Amino acid sequence: MASYSTNEFKGGLKVMLDGDPCSILENEFVKPGKGQAFNRVKLRNLKTGRVWERTFRSGESLEAADVMDREMEYLYNDGEFYHFMEPDTFEQHQASTDAVGDAAKWLKEQDVCTVTLYNGAPLAVTPPNHVVLEITDTDPGLRGDTAQGGTKPATLSTGAVVKVPLFLEIGDAIKVDTRTGEYLGRAKED
Amino acid sequence: MTDNTWQPTASLAALRQRAALLADIRQFFARRQVLEVEVPILSRRATSDPHIDSITALCNGDPAYLATSPEFGLKRLLAAGLGDCYYLGKAFREGEAGGRHNPEFTMLEWYRCGWDDRKLMGEVGELLSLVLDIQVVQSLSYRELFLRELQLDPHTASEADLCACVAREIELSFAPSDRDECLDLLMSHRLEPAMGGGITLLYDFPASQAALAKVAEDATGTPVARRFEAYVNGLELANGYWELTDPAEQLRRFQADHRYRGAHKLHVYPFEERLVEALQSGMPECAGVALGVDRLLMLAGGYSSIDQVIAFPIERA
Repeated sequence: MASYSTNEFKGGLKVMLDGDPCSILENEFVKPGKGQAFNRVKLRNLKTGRVWERTFRSGESLEAADVMDREMEYLYNDGEFYHFMEPDTFEQHQASTDAVGDAAKWLKEQDVCTVTLYNGAPLAVTPPNHVVLEITDTDPGLRGDTAQGGTKPATLSTGAVVKVPLFLEIGDAIKVDTRTGEYLGRAKED
Repeated sequence: MTDNTWQPTASLAALRQRAALLADIRQFFARRQVLEVEVPILSRRATSDPHIDSITALCNGDPAYLATSPEFGLKRLLAAGLGDCYYLGKAFREGEAGGRHNPEFTMLEWYRCGWDDRKLMGEVGELLSLVLDIQVVQSLSYRELFLRELQLDPHTASEADLCACVAREIELSFAPSDRDECLDLLMSHRLEPAMGGGITLLYDFPASQAALAKVAEDATGTPVARRFEAYVNGLELANGYWELTDPAEQLRRFQADHRYRGAHKLHVYPFEERLVEALQSGMPECAGVALGVDRLLMLAGGYSSIDQVIAFPIERA
Protein backbone atom coordinates (compact mmCIF):
# COMPACT_ATOMS: atom_id res chain seq x y z
CA MET A 1 0.00 0.00 0.00
CA ALA A 2 1.14 3.55 -0.67
CA SER A 3 2.08 5.90 2.11
CA TYR A 4 1.52 9.62 2.53
CA SER A 5 3.86 12.21 3.99
CA THR A 6 2.54 14.94 6.33
CA ASN A 7 2.74 17.50 3.54
CA GLU A 8 0.26 15.40 1.54
CA PHE A 9 -2.22 15.12 4.43
CA LYS A 10 -5.50 16.78 3.60
CA GLY A 11 -9.13 16.49 4.57
CA GLY A 12 -10.66 13.17 3.45
CA LEU A 13 -7.37 11.28 3.04
CA LYS A 14 -7.65 7.75 4.49
CA VAL A 15 -4.65 6.52 6.47
CA MET A 16 -3.77 3.83 9.00
CA LEU A 17 -3.04 4.96 12.57
CA ASP A 18 -2.47 2.58 15.49
CA GLY A 19 -3.82 -0.22 13.33
CA ASP A 20 -7.14 1.48 12.58
CA PRO A 21 -8.29 3.15 9.38
CA CYS A 22 -8.76 6.89 9.85
CA SER A 23 -9.95 9.79 7.78
CA ILE A 24 -7.98 13.02 8.07
CA LEU A 25 -10.13 15.96 9.11
CA GLU A 26 -7.57 18.75 9.54
CA ASN A 27 -3.84 19.18 9.09
CA GLU A 28 -2.18 22.22 10.60
CA PHE A 29 1.48 22.97 9.87
CA VAL A 30 3.13 24.35 13.01
CA LYS A 31 6.59 25.82 12.98
CA PRO A 32 8.26 28.24 15.32
CA GLY A 33 10.55 30.57 13.34
CA LYS A 34 13.64 29.01 14.91
CA GLY A 35 12.34 25.61 15.86
CA GLN A 36 11.27 22.29 14.51
CA ALA A 37 8.28 21.82 12.26
CA PHE A 38 5.32 19.71 13.31
CA ASN A 39 1.96 18.82 11.86
CA ARG A 40 -1.03 18.86 14.20
CA VAL A 41 -3.51 16.50 12.68
CA LYS A 42 -7.14 15.72 13.51
CA LEU A 43 -8.34 12.33 12.34
CA ARG A 44 -11.58 10.43 12.64
CA ASN A 45 -11.15 6.78 13.53
CA LEU A 46 -13.44 5.13 10.98
CA LYS A 47 -14.01 2.10 13.20
CA THR A 48 -15.11 3.93 16.33
CA GLY A 49 -16.09 7.31 14.89
CA ARG A 50 -13.94 9.01 17.53
CA VAL A 51 -11.82 12.01 16.66
CA TRP A 52 -8.11 11.80 17.47
CA GLU A 53 -5.63 14.64 17.69
CA ARG A 54 -2.08 13.66 16.94
CA THR A 55 1.12 15.62 16.36
CA PHE A 56 3.66 14.38 13.83
CA ARG A 57 7.12 15.55 12.92
CA SER A 58 6.89 17.20 9.53
CA GLY A 59 7.96 14.71 6.91
CA GLU A 60 6.72 11.64 8.80
CA SER A 61 4.43 9.41 6.80
CA LEU A 62 1.49 7.10 7.35
CA GLU A 63 0.41 4.10 5.36
CA ALA A 64 -2.64 4.58 3.19
CA ALA A 65 -5.77 2.76 4.34
CA ASP A 66 -7.61 0.59 1.84
CA VAL A 67 -10.84 2.47 2.39
CA MET A 68 -13.35 3.55 -0.21
CA ASP A 69 -16.84 4.93 -0.25
CA ARG A 70 -19.40 3.22 -2.50
CA GLU A 71 -23.00 4.14 -3.24
CA MET A 72 -25.12 1.05 -2.54
CA GLU A 73 -28.78 0.17 -2.34
CA TYR A 74 -30.02 -1.07 1.02
CA LEU A 75 -31.80 -4.41 0.54
CA TYR A 76 -32.90 -5.90 3.86
CA ASN A 77 -31.93 -6.90 7.40
CA ASP A 78 -31.88 -10.63 8.12
CA GLY A 79 -31.87 -10.15 11.89
CA GLU A 80 -28.08 -10.30 12.11
CA PHE A 81 -26.71 -8.49 9.06
CA TYR A 82 -27.75 -5.59 6.90
CA HIS A 83 -27.50 -6.37 3.20
CA PHE A 84 -26.48 -3.85 0.54
CA MET A 85 -26.03 -4.12 -3.22
CA GLU A 86 -23.80 -2.25 -5.64
CA PRO A 87 -26.22 -0.97 -8.30
CA ASP A 88 -23.94 -1.49 -11.32
CA THR A 89 -22.40 -4.90 -10.48
CA PHE A 90 -25.24 -6.27 -8.32
CA GLU A 91 -22.49 -7.38 -5.95
CA GLN A 92 -23.89 -7.78 -2.45
CA HIS A 93 -22.23 -6.90 0.87
CA GLN A 94 -23.36 -7.69 4.38
CA ALA A 95 -22.72 -5.15 7.13
CA SER A 96 -22.69 -5.92 10.84
CA THR A 97 -24.77 -4.01 13.38
CA ASP A 98 -21.54 -2.37 14.55
CA ALA A 99 -20.73 -1.14 11.05
CA VAL A 100 -24.22 0.23 10.51
CA GLY A 101 -24.36 1.86 13.92
CA ASP A 102 -26.77 4.78 14.28
CA ALA A 103 -27.52 4.71 10.56
CA ALA A 104 -29.83 1.73 11.25
CA LYS A 105 -32.70 3.94 12.31
CA TRP A 106 -32.79 5.67 8.90
CA LEU A 107 -32.41 2.65 6.62
CA LYS A 108 -35.32 2.11 4.29
CA GLU A 109 -35.27 -0.63 1.71
CA GLN A 110 -34.15 0.53 -1.76
CA ASP A 111 -32.67 3.79 -0.45
CA VAL A 112 -29.14 4.49 -1.68
CA CYS A 113 -26.57 4.83 1.11
CA THR A 114 -22.83 5.40 1.22
CA VAL A 115 -21.10 2.24 2.39
CA THR A 116 -17.48 2.63 3.46
CA LEU A 117 -15.48 -0.47 2.59
CA TYR A 118 -12.28 -1.30 4.48
CA ASN A 119 -10.20 -4.05 2.90
CA GLY A 120 -13.34 -4.83 0.89
CA ALA A 121 -15.71 -5.23 3.88
CA PRO A 122 -18.31 -2.70 5.08
CA LEU A 123 -16.90 -0.57 7.88
CA ALA A 124 -19.50 2.16 8.13
CA VAL A 125 -22.78 3.18 6.56
CA THR A 126 -23.93 6.74 5.93
CA PRO A 127 -27.63 7.12 5.16
CA PRO A 128 -28.86 9.62 2.54
CA ASN A 129 -29.01 13.17 3.95
CA HIS A 130 -32.78 13.21 3.44
CA VAL A 131 -35.08 10.23 3.83
CA VAL A 132 -38.83 9.83 3.47
CA LEU A 133 -40.40 7.64 6.16
CA GLU A 134 -43.90 6.82 7.34
CA ILE A 135 -45.21 7.68 10.79
CA THR A 136 -46.22 4.43 12.53
CA ASP A 137 -47.12 5.84 15.90
CA THR A 138 -47.94 9.28 17.32
CA ASP A 139 -50.61 11.01 19.39
CA PRO A 140 -53.80 11.82 17.49
CA GLY A 141 -53.56 14.77 15.13
CA LEU A 142 -54.92 18.15 16.16
CA ARG A 143 -56.39 19.65 13.01
CA GLY A 144 -56.70 23.38 12.97
CA ASP A 145 -53.69 23.74 15.21
CA THR A 146 -51.23 24.26 12.36
CA ALA A 147 -50.31 27.79 13.35
CA GLN A 148 -49.30 26.95 16.90
CA GLY A 149 -45.90 25.58 16.02
CA GLY A 150 -46.03 22.97 18.77
CA THR A 151 -44.43 19.55 18.29
CA LYS A 152 -44.93 15.97 19.46
CA PRO A 153 -42.83 12.83 19.16
CA ALA A 154 -43.59 10.47 16.27
CA THR A 155 -42.23 6.97 15.74
CA LEU A 156 -41.28 6.20 12.13
CA SER A 157 -41.36 2.91 10.22
CA THR A 158 -37.65 2.37 10.87
CA GLY A 159 -37.99 2.91 14.61
CA ALA A 160 -36.55 6.43 14.65
CA VAL A 161 -38.37 8.96 16.82
CA VAL A 162 -38.54 12.57 15.59
CA LYS A 163 -40.40 15.68 16.66
CA VAL A 164 -43.17 16.57 14.24
CA PRO A 165 -45.89 19.27 14.08
CA LEU A 166 -49.08 18.47 15.98
CA PHE A 167 -51.30 18.07 12.90
CA LEU A 168 -49.47 14.98 11.54
CA GLU A 169 -51.05 11.55 11.91
CA ILE A 170 -50.20 7.88 11.72
CA GLY A 171 -49.70 6.90 8.09
CA ASP A 172 -48.35 10.32 7.01
CA ALA A 173 -45.06 10.23 5.10
CA ILE A 174 -42.51 12.82 6.18
CA LYS A 175 -39.09 13.97 5.08
CA VAL A 176 -36.30 13.95 7.70
CA ASP A 177 -32.71 15.22 7.71
CA THR A 178 -30.67 12.23 8.90
CA ARG A 179 -27.71 14.40 9.97
CA THR A 180 -29.74 16.33 12.53
CA GLY A 181 -32.80 14.11 12.98
CA GLU A 182 -35.00 17.11 12.16
CA TYR A 183 -38.40 17.02 10.50
CA LEU A 184 -38.19 18.84 7.17
CA GLY A 185 -41.76 18.60 5.91
CA ARG A 186 -44.49 16.35 4.64
CA ALA A 187 -43.45 14.17 1.75
CA LYS A 188 -45.42 14.86 -1.41
CA GLU A 189 -47.85 12.11 -2.36
CA ASP A 190 -46.85 10.46 -5.62
CA MET B 1 -15.24 22.65 -15.82
CA THR B 2 -13.19 25.54 -14.49
CA ASP B 3 -12.23 26.01 -10.85
CA ASN B 4 -11.11 29.61 -11.36
CA THR B 5 -7.52 29.07 -10.18
CA TRP B 6 -6.44 32.03 -12.30
CA GLN B 7 -8.06 34.30 -9.74
CA PRO B 8 -6.31 35.70 -6.65
CA THR B 9 -7.13 34.04 -3.33
CA ALA B 10 -6.90 37.41 -1.57
CA SER B 11 -9.72 39.90 -1.92
CA LEU B 12 -8.98 43.14 -3.76
CA ALA B 13 -9.57 44.92 -0.45
CA ALA B 14 -6.81 42.82 1.16
CA LEU B 15 -4.42 43.70 -1.65
CA ARG B 16 -5.13 47.40 -1.13
CA GLN B 17 -4.55 46.92 2.63
CA ARG B 18 -1.22 45.31 1.78
CA ALA B 19 -0.13 48.34 -0.22
CA ALA B 20 -1.15 50.65 2.63
CA LEU B 21 0.72 48.51 5.18
CA LEU B 22 3.93 48.55 3.11
CA ALA B 23 3.65 52.34 2.82
CA ASP B 24 3.11 52.66 6.59
CA ILE B 25 6.18 50.54 7.31
CA ARG B 26 8.36 52.57 4.96
CA GLN B 27 7.12 55.79 6.52
CA PHE B 28 7.81 54.44 10.04
CA PHE B 29 11.45 53.85 9.14
CA ALA B 30 11.88 57.00 7.05
CA ARG B 31 10.86 59.05 10.09
CA ARG B 32 13.49 57.25 12.16
CA GLN B 33 16.28 57.59 9.59
CA VAL B 34 16.56 53.85 9.02
CA LEU B 35 17.67 53.25 5.43
CA GLU B 36 15.91 50.82 3.07
CA VAL B 37 18.35 48.55 1.24
CA GLU B 38 18.20 45.64 -1.16
CA VAL B 39 20.28 42.49 -0.75
CA PRO B 40 20.41 39.39 -2.95
CA ILE B 41 17.42 37.08 -2.97
CA LEU B 42 19.47 34.63 -5.02
CA SER B 43 22.75 33.64 -3.41
CA ARG B 44 25.49 31.02 -3.67
CA ARG B 45 25.31 30.60 0.11
CA ALA B 46 22.42 29.50 2.31
CA THR B 47 21.36 29.55 5.92
CA SER B 48 22.83 26.86 8.14
CA ASP B 49 19.84 26.90 10.50
CA PRO B 50 19.03 23.28 11.39
CA HIS B 51 15.29 23.81 11.02
CA ILE B 52 15.12 25.98 7.91
CA ASP B 53 15.52 24.58 4.41
CA SER B 54 16.41 26.65 1.36
CA ILE B 55 14.92 26.40 -2.10
CA THR B 56 17.59 25.53 -4.64
CA ALA B 57 17.70 27.18 -8.04
CA LEU B 58 20.13 26.99 -10.93
CA CYS B 59 22.03 30.14 -11.86
CA ASN B 60 24.50 30.05 -14.76
CA GLY B 61 24.37 26.28 -14.43
CA ASP B 62 25.38 26.11 -10.76
CA PRO B 63 23.22 25.77 -7.64
CA ALA B 64 22.10 28.97 -6.00
CA TYR B 65 19.68 29.40 -3.11
CA LEU B 66 16.67 31.62 -2.60
CA ALA B 67 17.25 33.66 0.55
CA THR B 68 15.46 32.41 3.67
CA SER B 69 16.09 35.86 5.17
CA PRO B 70 18.13 38.94 4.21
CA GLU B 71 20.25 38.58 7.36
CA PHE B 72 23.68 37.84 5.87
CA GLY B 73 23.49 40.64 3.29
CA LEU B 74 22.29 43.18 5.84
CA LYS B 75 25.04 42.27 8.32
CA ARG B 76 27.69 42.62 5.62
CA LEU B 77 26.34 46.11 4.94
CA LEU B 78 26.46 46.89 8.67
CA ALA B 79 30.08 45.74 8.79
CA ALA B 80 30.75 47.99 5.79
CA GLY B 81 29.55 50.93 7.89
CA LEU B 82 26.12 51.64 6.37
CA GLY B 83 24.42 52.15 9.74
CA ASP B 84 20.76 51.47 10.64
CA CYS B 85 19.04 49.74 7.73
CA TYR B 86 16.13 47.53 6.76
CA TYR B 87 14.97 45.16 4.03
CA LEU B 88 11.34 44.85 3.03
CA GLY B 89 10.82 42.15 0.43
CA LYS B 90 10.53 38.47 -0.35
CA ALA B 91 12.08 35.53 1.47
CA PHE B 92 11.65 31.82 0.72
CA ARG B 93 11.53 28.66 2.81
CA GLU B 94 11.30 25.14 1.48
CA GLY B 95 8.50 22.94 2.78
CA GLU B 96 6.66 25.61 4.71
CA ALA B 97 3.03 25.75 3.68
CA GLY B 98 -0.16 25.90 5.70
CA GLY B 99 -2.66 28.32 7.18
CA ARG B 100 0.15 30.57 8.44
CA HIS B 101 2.92 29.71 5.99
CA ASN B 102 3.60 30.13 2.30
CA PRO B 103 7.01 29.09 0.88
CA GLU B 104 7.37 32.58 -0.62
CA PHE B 105 6.54 35.36 1.83
CA THR B 106 7.22 38.99 2.62
CA MET B 107 9.72 39.77 5.34
CA LEU B 108 10.70 42.96 7.09
CA GLU B 109 14.12 42.85 8.74
CA TRP B 110 15.87 45.76 10.41
CA TYR B 111 18.99 46.53 12.40
CA ARG B 112 19.74 49.20 14.99
CA CYS B 113 23.39 49.97 15.73
CA GLY B 114 24.34 50.36 19.38
CA TRP B 115 21.04 48.86 20.56
CA ASP B 116 20.48 45.64 22.47
CA ASP B 117 17.52 43.24 22.27
CA ARG B 118 15.61 44.99 25.10
CA LYS B 119 15.71 48.35 23.36
CA LEU B 120 14.69 46.84 20.02
CA MET B 121 11.74 45.05 21.67
CA GLY B 122 10.45 48.50 22.52
CA GLU B 123 10.59 49.58 18.88
CA VAL B 124 8.89 46.37 17.72
CA GLY B 125 6.11 47.08 20.23
CA GLU B 126 5.77 50.63 18.85
CA LEU B 127 5.54 49.44 15.23
CA LEU B 128 2.97 46.76 16.10
CA SER B 129 0.89 49.13 18.24
CA LEU B 130 0.85 51.64 15.41
CA VAL B 131 -0.06 49.20 12.64
CA LEU B 132 -2.51 47.09 14.63
CA ASP B 133 -3.90 49.88 16.78
CA ILE B 134 -3.53 47.90 20.01
CA GLN B 135 -1.87 49.27 23.09
CA VAL B 136 -1.54 46.24 25.34
CA VAL B 137 2.07 45.08 25.30
CA GLN B 138 3.16 42.43 27.79
CA SER B 139 6.84 41.57 28.13
CA LEU B 140 7.84 38.38 29.84
CA SER B 141 10.71 35.98 29.77
CA TYR B 142 10.58 32.52 28.26
CA ARG B 143 11.06 31.17 31.78
CA GLU B 144 8.19 33.24 33.21
CA LEU B 145 5.80 31.94 30.55
CA PHE B 146 6.75 28.30 31.22
CA LEU B 147 6.44 28.79 34.97
CA ARG B 148 3.10 30.54 34.62
CA GLU B 149 1.50 27.95 32.35
CA LEU B 150 3.30 24.69 33.15
CA GLN B 151 5.05 25.26 36.51
CA LEU B 152 8.27 24.17 34.81
CA ASP B 153 11.59 26.00 34.49
CA PRO B 154 12.66 25.49 30.86
CA HIS B 155 16.33 26.17 31.66
CA THR B 156 16.75 23.80 34.61
CA ALA B 157 14.08 21.09 34.17
CA SER B 158 15.54 17.69 33.38
CA GLU B 159 14.94 16.12 29.99
CA ALA B 160 12.85 13.45 31.75
CA ASP B 161 10.63 16.13 33.33
CA LEU B 162 10.21 17.88 29.98
CA CYS B 163 9.32 14.61 28.24
CA ALA B 164 6.81 13.79 30.99
CA CYS B 165 5.21 17.20 30.60
CA VAL B 166 4.96 16.74 26.82
CA ALA B 167 3.43 13.29 27.31
CA ARG B 168 0.79 14.79 29.64
CA GLU B 169 -0.09 17.67 27.34
CA ILE B 170 0.23 16.43 23.76
CA GLU B 171 -0.66 13.28 21.78
CA LEU B 172 2.45 12.48 19.74
CA SER B 173 3.20 9.99 17.02
CA PHE B 174 6.90 9.92 18.04
CA ALA B 175 9.13 10.20 21.10
CA PRO B 176 10.81 13.61 21.44
CA SER B 177 14.52 13.33 20.77
CA ASP B 178 15.88 16.11 22.96
CA ARG B 179 15.14 19.03 25.28
CA ASP B 180 14.71 21.53 22.48
CA GLU B 181 12.14 19.39 20.70
CA CYS B 182 10.16 19.17 23.97
CA LEU B 183 10.38 22.93 24.42
CA ASP B 184 9.27 23.56 20.81
CA LEU B 185 6.31 21.21 21.24
CA LEU B 186 5.19 22.85 24.46
CA MET B 187 5.65 26.32 23.00
CA SER B 188 3.64 25.67 19.84
CA HIS B 189 0.91 23.48 21.36
CA ARG B 190 0.42 24.87 24.84
CA LEU B 191 2.04 28.25 25.35
CA GLU B 192 1.28 30.15 22.15
CA PRO B 193 -2.47 29.50 22.55
CA ALA B 194 -2.24 30.55 26.21
CA MET B 195 -0.57 33.91 25.56
CA GLY B 196 -3.83 35.77 25.35
CA GLY B 197 -4.75 38.88 23.41
CA GLY B 198 -2.58 41.85 22.58
CA ILE B 199 1.12 42.00 21.89
CA THR B 200 3.41 39.62 23.79
CA LEU B 201 7.17 40.13 23.72
CA LEU B 202 8.94 37.00 24.91
CA TYR B 203 12.67 37.23 25.71
CA ASP B 204 15.68 35.33 27.11
CA PHE B 205 15.36 32.06 25.20
CA PRO B 206 17.26 28.88 26.11
CA ALA B 207 20.96 29.18 25.21
CA SER B 208 20.56 26.07 23.02
CA GLN B 209 18.20 28.09 20.78
CA ALA B 210 20.44 31.11 20.36
CA ALA B 211 20.73 30.91 16.54
CA LEU B 212 22.67 34.12 15.82
CA ALA B 213 22.03 35.89 19.14
CA LYS B 214 24.50 36.61 21.91
CA VAL B 215 24.38 34.31 24.92
CA ALA B 216 24.63 36.08 28.29
CA GLU B 217 23.75 35.32 31.90
CA ASP B 218 20.38 36.50 33.16
CA ALA B 219 19.75 37.88 36.66
CA THR B 220 19.72 34.35 38.10
CA GLY B 221 23.07 33.49 36.53
CA THR B 222 21.53 31.18 33.89
CA PRO B 223 23.06 31.53 30.42
CA VAL B 224 20.26 32.64 28.08
CA ALA B 225 20.05 33.57 24.42
CA ARG B 226 19.46 37.31 24.08
CA ARG B 227 16.73 36.61 21.61
CA PHE B 228 13.10 37.67 21.60
CA GLU B 229 9.93 36.86 19.76
CA ALA B 230 6.85 39.00 19.26
CA TYR B 231 3.41 37.38 19.27
CA VAL B 232 0.00 38.88 18.72
CA ASN B 233 -2.94 36.78 19.90
CA GLY B 234 -0.55 33.82 20.03
CA LEU B 235 0.53 34.24 16.39
CA GLU B 236 4.31 34.43 16.05
CA LEU B 237 5.19 37.61 14.19
CA ALA B 238 8.82 38.52 14.76
CA ASN B 239 12.13 37.13 15.96
CA GLY B 240 14.92 39.42 17.15
CA TYR B 241 18.48 39.19 18.45
CA TRP B 242 21.09 41.13 20.24
CA GLU B 243 23.40 40.15 17.44
CA LEU B 244 26.39 37.91 17.76
CA THR B 245 29.48 39.91 16.68
CA ASP B 246 32.24 37.44 17.63
CA PRO B 247 33.58 35.89 14.39
CA ALA B 248 35.07 32.82 16.09
CA GLU B 249 31.79 32.04 17.84
CA GLN B 250 29.92 32.65 14.57
CA LEU B 251 32.14 30.14 12.80
CA ARG B 252 31.65 27.61 15.62
CA ARG B 253 27.85 27.93 15.31
CA PHE B 254 27.94 27.48 11.53
CA GLN B 255 30.05 24.36 11.99
CA ALA B 256 27.80 23.03 14.77
CA ASP B 257 24.75 23.57 12.52
CA HIS B 258 26.53 21.70 9.74
CA ARG B 259 27.28 18.79 12.04
CA TYR B 260 23.65 18.71 13.22
CA ARG B 261 22.33 18.75 9.67
CA GLY B 262 24.76 16.07 8.59
CA ALA B 263 23.93 13.85 11.58
CA HIS B 264 20.19 14.23 10.93
CA LYS B 265 20.57 13.47 7.21
CA LEU B 266 19.41 16.96 6.25
CA HIS B 267 20.75 18.77 3.22
CA VAL B 268 24.01 20.55 4.09
CA TYR B 269 24.24 23.89 2.30
CA PRO B 270 27.40 25.95 1.83
CA PHE B 271 27.49 28.46 4.69
CA GLU B 272 28.27 32.14 4.28
CA GLU B 273 31.94 32.44 5.19
CA ARG B 274 31.77 36.07 4.05
CA LEU B 275 29.68 36.78 7.16
CA VAL B 276 32.54 35.45 9.31
CA GLU B 277 34.95 37.69 7.36
CA ALA B 278 32.61 40.66 7.84
CA LEU B 279 32.54 40.03 11.60
CA GLN B 280 36.36 39.74 11.60
CA SER B 281 36.61 43.15 10.00
CA GLY B 282 34.28 44.44 12.72
CA MET B 283 30.50 44.64 12.71
CA PRO B 284 29.10 47.27 15.07
CA GLU B 285 27.27 46.07 18.16
CA CYS B 286 23.62 45.98 17.13
CA ALA B 287 20.22 44.40 17.49
CA GLY B 288 18.15 43.10 14.60
CA VAL B 289 14.70 41.64 14.09
CA ALA B 290 12.78 39.93 11.28
CA LEU B 291 9.00 40.25 11.01
CA GLY B 292 6.49 38.36 8.87
CA VAL B 293 4.58 40.99 6.92
CA ASP B 294 1.90 38.62 5.60
CA ARG B 295 1.00 37.65 9.16
CA LEU B 296 1.00 41.28 10.19
CA LEU B 297 -1.50 41.92 7.42
CA MET B 298 -3.59 38.94 8.57
CA LEU B 299 -3.80 40.52 12.03
CA ALA B 300 -4.36 44.05 10.76
CA GLY B 301 -7.22 42.96 8.50
CA GLY B 302 -8.68 40.22 10.68
CA TYR B 303 -7.87 37.41 8.22
CA SER B 304 -7.58 33.85 9.50
CA SER B 305 -5.52 32.35 6.67
CA ILE B 306 -2.41 33.52 4.86
CA ASP B 307 -4.06 32.75 1.52
CA GLN B 308 -6.45 35.63 2.22
CA VAL B 309 -3.59 38.17 2.14
CA ILE B 310 -1.42 36.78 -0.69
CA ALA B 311 -2.70 37.27 -4.23
CA PHE B 312 -1.29 34.01 -5.56
CA PRO B 313 -0.11 31.53 -2.90
CA ILE B 314 2.03 28.62 -4.06
CA GLU B 315 -0.91 26.47 -5.23
CA ARG B 316 -1.74 29.22 -7.72
CA ALA B 317 1.71 30.71 -8.28
